[in-house]
Amino acid sequence: MSDHSTHSHGNMNQLMTGFVLAAILTVIPFGIILGEPDISRMLKIGIIMGFGALQIIVHLVYFLHVNRSSEGGWTIAATLFAVIILVIVLAGSLWVMHNMNENMMPMPDMDKMMSLQSQQG
Amino acid sequence: MSTEVVETTQETVSPIFGRLSLDWIPYHEPILVGTFLAIVLGGLAVLAVMTRYRLWVPFWKNWVTTVDHKKIGIMYMVLGFIMMVRGFADALMMRAQQALAAGGAEGYLPPHHFDQVFTAHGVIMIFFVAMAFVTGIMNFVMPTQIGARDVAFPFLNNFSFWMTVAGALLVNVSLFVGEFARVGWLAFPPLSGASFSTGPGMDYYLWSLQIAGVGTTLSGINLIATIFKMRAPGMKLFDMPVFTWTALCTNVLIVAAFPVLTATLTLLTLDRYLGTHFFTNDLGGNAMMYVNLIWIWGHPEVYILILPIFGVFSEVVATFSGKPLFGYKTMVWATACIMVLSFVVWLHHFFTMGSGASVNTFFGITTMIIAVPTGVKVFNWLFTMYKGSVRLEVPMLWTLGFIVTFTIGGMTGVLLAVPPVDFQLHNTLFLIAHFHNVIIGGVVFGVYAAVTYWWPKAFGFRLDDKWSKRTFWFWCIGFYFAFLPLYALGLMGATRRMQQYMDTGWQIYFIIAACGAVLIAFGILSTFIGFAVSIRNRKALACGPDPWNARTLEWATQSPPAPYNFPQVIEVHGRDEFWRMKQTGFKWSTHYTPIHMPKGTGTGAVISLFALAFGFAMVWYIWWLAILALFACIAIGIAHTFNYNRDYYIPVDEVAHTESKGATA
Repeated sequence: MSDHSTHSHGNMNQLMTGFVLAAILTVIPFGIILGEPDISRMLKIGIIMGFGALQIIVHLVYFLHVNRSSEGGWTIAATLFAVIILVIVLAGSLWVMHNMNENMMPMPDMDKMMSLQSQQG
Repeated sequence: MSTEVVETTQETVSPIFGRLSLDWIPYHEPILVGTFLAIVLGGLAVLAVMTRYRLWVPFWKNWVTTVDHKKIGIMYMVLGFIMMVRGFADALMMRAQQALAAGGAEGYLPPHHFDQVFTAHGVIMIFFVAMAFVTGIMNFVMPTQIGARDVAFPFLNNFSFWMTVAGALLVNVSLFVGEFARVGWLAFPPLSGASFSTGPGMDYYLWSLQIAGVGTTLSGINLIATIFKMRAPGMKLFDMPVFTWTALCTNVLIVAAFPVLTATLTLLTLDRYLGTHFFTNDLGGNAMMYVNLIWIWGHPEVYILILPIFGVFSEVVATFSGKPLFGYKTMVWATACIMVLSFVVWLHHFFTMGSGASVNTFFGITTMIIAVPTGVKVFNWLFTMYKGSVRLEVPMLWTLGFIVTFTIGGMTGVLLAVPPVDFQLHNTLFLIAHFHNVIIGGVVFGVYAAVTYWWPKAFGFRLDDKWSKRTFWFWCIGFYFAFLPLYALGLMGATRRMQQYMDTGWQIYFIIAACGAVLIAFGILSTFIGFAVSIRNRKALACGPDPWNARTLEWATQSPPAPYNFPQVIEVHGRDEFWRMKQTGFKWSTHYTPIHMPKGTGTGAVISLFALAFGFAMVWYIWWLAILALFACIAIGIAHTFNYNRDYYIPVDEVAHTESKGATA
């Protein structure tokens, strides 16, 4: 049986910091949509995704207590491994699928070809 | 191309039986009726014997409800061998069909049936044979290697096993109620989507894999926690036996990769059940995304299977060469490298899908790189044998067979990693020969090595030498006869999954391959004869705790180990701890203390039974049963958390009694 007292559950101070940070990181993206600022759609998406990523880090650090010392460093090692795998899977899939779409026969040509085919029977 | 090629036929769905009707019972298929009768008669015979000898209560108490990792490991092996017979029967049917169906002949299996056979063969062999075997070996061996009394979460272990059984049962139910999928083992859409696979077969596929997947993922978490938290005091990570290291890396891969499979199959399930469009061509879906995602799981999966087997061979080679493993640290780092690299090679399964030169080049090169750590391992095994006093016992025979066969398979793999070559060989029998070469030559040979090596530990007597050797030679020679012709056929352009072919020049190769399959059948037969003969002669074959003069901790305790594994906690001082203990003349103390152990529970088996009912109900659209069964699963799971009666102490007298018995045996 592992000794429960060695686990860090954080203190009120830490939890409140996390809560405030999480709230700010939530309000800003909402503001960007509701306030309708005059910026491009891609930039909006980029900003929202960026805040989403920061939000994940805040949750990991303040609520799940991922830091260099917990569990003799294994918590951070496991988190880093998960991040590496996530990056590989996400970036890799985007790259692969983007190239698939690039190499796809352009749709207008395809329509032309199909109408030709149907004419020939 | 019109998107509505096949209109989904409106079936009648009864409120009570869903879409299940008598038409779905294949009583007009003589092969299936015969199989069904054989299984029913065999099953009745087993039930009769169990009732006659009053085995029901012991079976429930000692096996179904057990949380002992050793018994769960043995049950995984039993599941693996039973499912291997089923999967191998499929293989024999395919070989027979292809040996016959040349030049216009149709053979005896119609395409509708043939397609189910090759799908079932792949699904069963990977998910319910290979996975069951490696999980079983890790369960049995790993906790004893690290000096633990059980895994970190014993109840979860029992639950994982029964979920795997529930998945396996669901696949087999499809044989007699309805049909199985006709889509190949990875079920690519659009073929596996709602418009092209209308029957229940594809749904059997989805639900059986999802149910078994729960078990696999939980078991992965469980074994990682065990390795990190339950090692004997003093055992540092770099003191762990190599098998434990490979088990760790494999379970990390399971935890990282299986959620991808679960998510991908869930998306496909949504497409099929709720009409979403993740993998359809219309409304923004993309079938290529499925291929991409399933291989992100699929490639790590093959390393999940082979890594623990590398561990098995490392233990066997060190033991039978009578010296420490050559290059322990490089072995560990090679394993860790493979663990990470296995996530960056997935595209080599679909070079031909059209990602273009830059993407294909990247994944071709990563694939060649991953062969390097594997090569390092082969040299480590060779150098371990070099100048060692090698004993050619049966596990060592399997190891030598493995090194030769696996190296050939590895080289054809590197060939396939070259994209232009792959464009020629994609989906041909060359590929089939390649992956059978590494899975049979690697995983199956390794499982047999493990079974012969740890059998004395599990049961207290060795396997019969003569039959074990026969098994080896039948399998080894049978493998070459069965798969070398497929390499040639692949180079001649024969594609996989052909129900018939026109070129009669190919037929002779298919006939030789079929003969090879028959040789393998003799190998499987001699396995079971060998088990039976050994059990009959168990008195003569009885052995002590350490029959092989081994090096790691599992051999320090009795054979078979007592429920608590070790009478006292072991202080570990370094690598190959048991070897050191033997040098220093270690003896167990006779001063015993009560031992704290987990209690068995039937909850895991009961939840899994309801999960099976849930899967069956979902396949047949029996919604009321699905809701009830799912509710029962959750309710019983929650109720179990209130069961505080989970542990007990083995009293000193009992420990002393067990230990004195072991000493005289």
